[in-house]
Amino acid sequence: MPIGEAAAIEFADVSFRRPGGLRVLEHFNLSVAAGDVLALVGRSGAGKSTLLKLVNRLLLPDDGAVRVEGRDTREWPPVRLRRRVGYVLQDVGLFPHMTVSGNIGVVPRLEGWPPDRIANRIHELLGLIGLDAAGVADRWPDELSGGQRQRVGVARALAVDPPVLLMDEPFGALDPLTRAELHVEFHRIQDRLRKTVIIVTHDMGEAFALANRIGVLDDGQLIACDRPEAIAASPDPRVRRLLDAVPSIPRP
Amino acid sequence: MTALLAFWSAHRTELAALFGQHVLLVAISTTSAVAIGVPLGIFASRRPRLSAPIVGIANIVQTIPSLAMFGFLLPVPLIGGVGARAAVVVLILYGLLPIVRTTIAGLTGIDPSIREAGVAMGMTPGELLRQVELPLALPSIVAGVRVAAVVGVGAATIAAAIGAGGLGEYIYRGLSMVDTTVILAGAIPAALLALAVDGFLLVAERQLSARRRRGARRILAIAAVLLLAVMGASRLMARASHGAIVVGSKNFTEQLILGELVAQTIERHTDLPVERRLNLGGTLICDRAELTGDVDVYVEYTGTALTAIFRQPVAADAGTVYAAVRGLYARSGRTLLPPLGFNNTFAILVRGDDARALGLKTIDDAVRVAPTWRAGFGYEFLERPDGFRGLSQAYGLHFTAPPRVMDLTLTYRALAAKQVDLIAGDATAGLIKGLDLVQLEDNRHYFPPYDAAPVARSETLLRHPQLRAALEQLGGRVSAADMRAMNYAADVEHRDITEIVRDFLSR
Repeated sequence: MPIGEAAAIEFADVSFRRPGGLRVLEHFNLSVAAGDVLALVGRSGAGKSTLLKLVNRLLLPDDGAVRVEGRDTREWPPVRLRRRVGYVLQDVGLFPHMTVSGNIGVVPRLEGWPPDRIANRIHELLGLIGLDAAGVADRWPDELSGGQRQRVGVARALAVDPPVLLMDEPFGALDPLTRAELHVEFHRIQDRLRKTVIIVTHDMGEAFALANRIGVLDDGQLIACDRPEAIAASPDPRVRRLLDAVPSIPRP
Repeated sequence: MTALLAFWSAHRTELAALFGQHVLLVAISTTSAVAIGVPLGIFASRRPRLSAPIVGIANIVQTIPSLAMFGFLLPVPLIGGVGARAAVVVLILYGLLPIVRTTIAGLTGIDPSIREAGVAMGMTPGELLRQVELPLALPSIVAGVRVAAVVGVGAATIAAAIGAGGLGEYIYRGLSMVDTTVILAGAIPAALLALAVDGFLLVAERQLSARRRRGARRILAIAAVLLLAVMGASRLMARASHGAIVVGSKNFTEQLILGELVAQTIERHTDLPVERRLNLGGTLICDRAELTGDVDVYVEYTGTALTAIFRQPVAADAGTVYAAVRGLYARSGRTLLPPLGFNNTFAILVRGDDARALGLKTIDDAVRVAPTWRAGFGYEFLERPDGFRGLSQAYGLHFTAPPRVMDLTLTYRALAAKQVDLIAGDATAGLIKGLDLVQLEDNRHYFPPYDAAPVARSETLLRHPQLRAALEQLGGRVSAADMRAMNYAADVEHRDITEIVRDFLSR
């Protein structure tokens, strides 16, 4: 990170316990620079989703501070913070009672945009995520394929152009081909938009495909956080185990 | 079937008005139950610890028989009494349970990830409720409204017992006249209404679960138009009754005739508008209604007033009883007008065949054979101080089994059908002649006199001196024979009560 540039997102000595007392994060430190794509990799239960929820204040830390754009999440009004932070959920969470354009238009409507501006924005976003506006805008979520749903989820998160995007296992439920397609789309979009992105995944392969920085979580600690090449070369056995789990196809 | 069609066509204006009242009762109460039940359900779904007690209370309310509920509410100020207002309160209470329950179920059944998506997108709790939770819970809530509305259509028929009108009027009238045609005349439209409401809301529910919002809007629009049409039509039918003299009656044939008699007399001799609130549940309901001002005048029997209303000991002399009751009424702000001219005492009745075969003339005669007999009595006769207990003591009357309890008007049929052998009916009942029954003489003068006389609110009489004059000239005009003939015309010949009274008054 260049000196003097404030981190877009910063975890400073954060501890978090589940209500039952189970420790999830312990003295956790991490900073993400503006425009970076950080992939957090770890096994299920390593606290990855908790990390994201601490950023948009769905959860508050027991100790330490999470700062977004330099401001402690405790001091952010929750609604304003959340509208500056796009959130793509693991199971998409599209509203089943709204059409595609209804879903994408939710936050603009909450922000009180005039209807024609919302309509233009929906058209623009559908183009951005590579869906045919005329064919999809009035469809219902259950009429879409898994890949289309996921794209709509991304479009919805980007609707009011938030500077930060959080993605929780965004492409986990998709078949490998669709996933590869969306990885390409993601790069195309990110090249244009330059958001600060945190992606949470248990798949090291996906982390390499998407991120320019990779963090490895183990037992509530960040055991490595570096550029993908450096992670690939890590001698740490805990990192190596995750790397070894990436399938490599034997060539004839 | 032909009789039913003839009845409907002869009463089409009244039928339309009663149908309109019925729809209005159900519409108002269901709408209010939604307005109360949905917020209550939202509240309960947010506080799981409270939701069990809230549903529990609503459950208990639902198990109270509707007639009992009307009874509980009679003395309650503001929401109680008789008439449509009290009926709406009862119907709201019935509608609450299904609506609260389905609201809770609809809200707690929402996928948590969808709710989380809403929160994470920066929705305030209110925005989340309006834009996500309520729309998703709507099909479930509509299912509850459907149950509430159908239950409401059924329960509203019972509301006629407290003078709220609606199709139950025909059902009660038919029951008291033991006339299946009249019962069906009310029951069939009520059943059709229930089916229509059920079907319409079922379609609405399906459309809503298909999430076609435009469809939902169309359904709401259709519902609103239908409701407005029915309400408009019934308003046209209903006469403007504000400031009218309200005439009440109890729920058996003779009372319906006397209520109509009083109403037509007022209409003939004064220019006061009259509202008929006939067929009220019983003596105490009429009395309460008059005390609270919901009813201005009805016909009471002196012996009934003395023992059942004022709880005084039984007395034998007609003049003494009339004077005593007049004084008691005066103290509660009511005026007992001159007696109509007949004494509707309790009549101990047996089948004509039995009377002739066994040579029965007096109640004493029956005491001999009673130990092998069964008796059937109405509810009131078993409870009243001048009823069965005293009779049994005065005569030493005992039967093989405790008396069977049934609706008063059914006892005549039960006697004729040999299901029971002795009943206590009204001396003026038309069915006595119609079913060949014989009245045993009260040779020990156990029963007090039951002279029929109008009772009116003194305040109303003071405001309208012409009303008093009209009611006074009814004094002595109806003999026991007249009354029996009119009861016979209604109960046995199934003639229309309005006509019977019109013919009688124009004699």
